[in-house]
Amino acid sequence: MAKSIDISDVNIYYGDFLAVQGVNMTVKARQVTAFIGPSGCGKSTVLRTLNRMHEVIPGARVEGKVVVDGQSLYDPSVDPVAVRRQIGMVFQRPNPFPTMSIYDNVLAGNKLNAKKMKKDEADSIVEKSLKGANLWNEVKDRLAKPGMGLSGGQQQRLCIARAIAVEPQVLLMDEPCSALDPISTSAIEDLIHELKSDYTIVIVTHNMQQAARVSDETGFFNLKATGEPGQLVEFNSTTKMFSNPDEPATEAYISGRFG
Amino acid sequence: MAQTTQTRPPGPDDTASVPLTKPQLPGWAPALAAVVAFGAAALVGLLLGWGVVGIVAVGWILLLIGLPAWSTAVEGSRKGTDRLVGTVVWSTLALALLPLIAVLWEVISRGAPALNATFFTASQSGVLGAGGGIYHAIMGTLIVTLIATVISVPIGIMAAIYLVEYGKKNRLSQVLTFLIDVMTGIPSIVAGLFALALFTLIFGPGVRMAVGGSIALSVLMIPIVVRSTEEMLKLVPDELREGAYALGVPKWRTIVKVVLPTALGGIVTGATLAVARVAGETAPLLLIVGTFRATNFNPFDGAMATLPVLIFSEATRGGLQEYIPFQLERAWGAALVLIIIVMALNLLARVVGSYFSPKTGR
Repeated sequence: MAKSIDISDVNIYYGDFLAVQGVNMTVKARQVTAFIGPSGCGKSTVLRTLNRMHEVIPGARVEGKVVVDGQSLYDPSVDPVAVRRQIGMVFQRPNPFPTMSIYDNVLAGNKLNAKKMKKDEADSIVEKSLKGANLWNEVKDRLAKPGMGLSGGQQQRLCIARAIAVEPQVLLMDEPCSALDPISTSAIEDLIHELKSDYTIVIVTHNMQQAARVSDETGFFNLKATGEPGQLVEFNSTTKMFSNPDEPATEAYISGRFG
Repeated sequence: MAQTTQTRPPGPDDTASVPLTKPQLPGWAPALAAVVAFGAAALVGLLLGWGVVGIVAVGWILLLIGLPAWSTAVEGSRKGTDRLVGTVVWSTLALALLPLIAVLWEVISRGAPALNATFFTASQSGVLGAGGGIYHAIMGTLIVTLIATVISVPIGIMAAIYLVEYGKKNRLSQVLTFLIDVMTGIPSIVAGLFALALFTLIFGPGVRMAVGGSIALSVLMIPIVVRSTEEMLKLVPDELREGAYALGVPKWRTIVKVVLPTALGGIVTGATLAVARVAGETAPLLLIVGTFRATNFNPFDGAMATLPVLIFSEATRGGLQEYIPFQLERAWGAALVLIIIVMALNLLARVVGSYFSPKTGR
């Protein structure tokens, strides 16, 4: 079910402002791809174009091609809602739905789309997703309690469970650990390793150790210069990026000599 | 630390450390000052015959001078200024509460004697002077306000959804927001004239219809509902909308299933407060609904009594000298009932708001 993503010559605009320019890369199926780079260089923007979430921001538009498994995402006939059902997303800050219980939060993707399902089928989806997100043992006795009552790390894992409950083909993660403590972060990194066998994962992170730990391939983004659009500086296997990168700029950033 | 102290040349700081304690007035000092100030003013005032207003004014000035002066002498000038400002703030609070309490006291003391079983169950049909009740007006107010709510709450909520979710700062939504702001300031008599003109156009002159009053009240209510709903919808974090979109949920389902439930508590509170706000409107009802001495349950046919109009007409109706006290008592009783209804709505809004608000489970 996992799919690969081909990105070619993508320019992303907010209104007249060119935010990211000339991105070319291939995200491989069943691998973890990490995006690293300084703040404001367009990592999250690129990530959001992969499931057309950037369209939520008024004035945002994309030039170029994003092809998922042979289908161009920006074809005029493509329905963004259908795209997002295939390509799930986990956000920087955990955002469980405050009006729903833990159980309903996991099923939100199905329930909000009014998918009819039997009780035992729903139960098994909830159990499978929560186990997949490493949360089942912590919440199995309080599934009817509100999702907002969980700790931050648990909420984030609940959001991951919610995202994988609809069985997407690709999972996008926008700095999923930046609001979490080291223990929750480690739980989520373990989870990413497990999810890799079923999903294509793209993760944006500010933590280079995290990128080195979890990813198979890494893309380094940076601004061309102050006030100019962001660009993809280097895209390589993570081992190569962190040992012997092609670009001097990548090495400077990774080794902390940036600036 | 000890080492640095020794190597540094001795200065005034080392010998005399800054004291952290200062003399303080006890907690009951303001109360004592108030008692002394007003007591002194009352004593002098009673001897010289100043009257209540004079005594209170003099007592307040004494307190305003005395407490800060005492505090400055004991605690220093910063605390003294604090006491002065504190006294001013407390007295303005008391001043603001005074009319509210006075109105409540007046209405309760004058209206309570009118309340009895007949007052709530009988109408004014065939009553001259004593007796009868305001059942017809209570029912009228309930019917008129209920229809107004049914008309304006859906319109108001949907307009707010358009403004917040779809009209993101476009031309139309800016114009709408401006018009809604203008509508908020419409005098209620103008809303009544609008309804009267509308119904005169349709049904001819001299029309009396309760639903016309409901439409006039809707004109007043819709902007309030739009405004409060808009604020509540804006409070729903965008992350929740994005979370739903990322699950492949269409926009309209996101609004219905995620945004509205999250904001429901606030929306219901706002709508209930809007109802409470228009339930006491008199002028538009006077124009189009008129008044009637018997119970009328049909909002599409003829005049209907409502509490505000009943209060107005009973208080201003002349008639035989011996009937006037009964009419006034009836007006006060109706006013008390109206206040109770509005207060109940406010309480209901709080209960409903807390019931619907998202729970954390902690």
